[in-house]
Amino acid sequence: MPQQLDYLKETPSQTAGPYVHIGLAPGAAGFQIYDQELGQDIAGPNAAGERIRVEGLVIDGIGSPVKDVLLEAWQANAAGVYAHPEHAGEVEEGFRGWGRVITDFETGEWAFETVKPGPVMGRNGQMMAPHINLWIVARGINVGLNTRLYFEDEAEANSTDPIINLIEWEKRRKTLIAKRSERDGQTVYRFDICLQGEDETVFFDI
Amino acid sequence: MTKPNQTMAEYYQRDRRWHPPAYAKDYKTSVARSPKFSLISLENTPSEITGPRFGHNDIAPTDNDLISNYAQPGESPIGERIIVHGRVLDENARPVPNTLVEIWQANAGGRYRHKKDTYLAPIDPNFGGCGRTITDENGYYYFRTVKPGAYPWRNWVNDWRPAHIHVSVFGSAFAQRLITQLYFEGDPLIKTCPIVATIPDPDAIEQLIARLDMNATIPLDTIAYKFDIVLRGRRSTLFENRLEGN
Repeated sequence: MPQQLDYLKETPSQTAGPYVHIGLAPGAAGFQIYDQELGQDIAGPNAAGERIRVEGLVIDGIGSPVKDVLLEAWQANAAGVYAHPEHAGEVEEGFRGWGRVITDFETGEWAFETVKPGPVMGRNGQMMAPHINLWIVARGINVGLNTRLYFEDEAEANSTDPIINLIEWEKRRKTLIAKRSERDGQTVYRFDICLQGEDETVFFDI
Repeated sequence: MTKPNQTMAEYYQRDRRWHPPAYAKDYKTSVARSPKFSLISLENTPSEITGPRFGHNDIAPTDNDLISNYAQPGESPIGERIIVHGRVLDENARPVPNTLVEIWQANAGGRYRHKKDTYLAPIDPNFGGCGRTITDENGYYYFRTVKPGAYPWRNWVNDWRPAHIHVSVFGSAFAQRLITQLYFEGDPLIKTCPIVATIPDPDAIEQLIARLDMNATIPLDTIAYKFDIVLRGRRSTLFENRLEGN
């Protein structure tokens, strides 16, 4: 009899469905149930670094905004440290590095307020340009989609980023770059996510 | 670096043929919401092997009791009282302790407490339909709720979702993040559902079906179902660790 490997299989994914807000953002579904909803504050008031707003749309294959998406963000602090015990270094008190937002039911716009992350050491001593990992779930999406948001004004760091450079089609790399602007004295990065088609955002199997 | 390289190990590759594909034509919404290009595969970096941590300060101890967490004092929701319990494990069969598990569901009639749900079955005034908990040191979790009802949805004209509870789990890395759905043993709608059928392998579908658990059932009170969740496992780095680059 052959020897057994005895690994379990990962539980298969299913779509989050149209009512994901009930579980993960009940306030948006129209009712209050928890003392605190999770994911409202990525960086906390004590975090060092530039305060930024990141916003955009999620667009389907027809070109229409998707209005029932839930996005989660995961990022390092301004010094490039993740709020996780396996990543060397300390983060500011209250810095969680994780946020959760939903798209507006009417417009499809999403946004979160955070600080701009610092560069993080990647594999083999290669520095990764500042980036925010994003995870997108919604009705019609069977397995959550992973992507990365990079910053337009980090062109030099982006040019040597080992993940961006993995993308063989140079034309597709720009889909990961958020555009910087100023609005009412605040720095805003625009990042529209295109699920399908010509300008389809690069998604990763991480 | 103050921590040993050993802890920076990578996660096993996700088996994309075990999970549903992005494009599944019988689940109509996936047609315009699935990327046409292939995913770009990455070797894990610190951005993927880290992830958010949650503690007991983040949630209330009663957040796992859907029978009481939205009920008026002295009242409770209408429906079949159930316990859903199990363990969160990784592919190495090791427990995943202290991880956040969140659930949401319709009420006993298949109606969600959501402003976008217009199904004619009524809202239950004593039922919210969401809960959350943190696994203990052994990866164990439990919820108390009512069994959700089936409900119709606009896919084909007579499609009905099997009774299900949506489940969200974090694990300890962003690479382990998972949302899925729990179904109930013996439900004949499981075989007809286009969302279930996005999963190609019948054994993978079996993994989403909670089993009736008479041993955990509380006599004269609440029926129990057991549902174990498996997250991606992690390599032991035996010879080298290129993740650290040294």
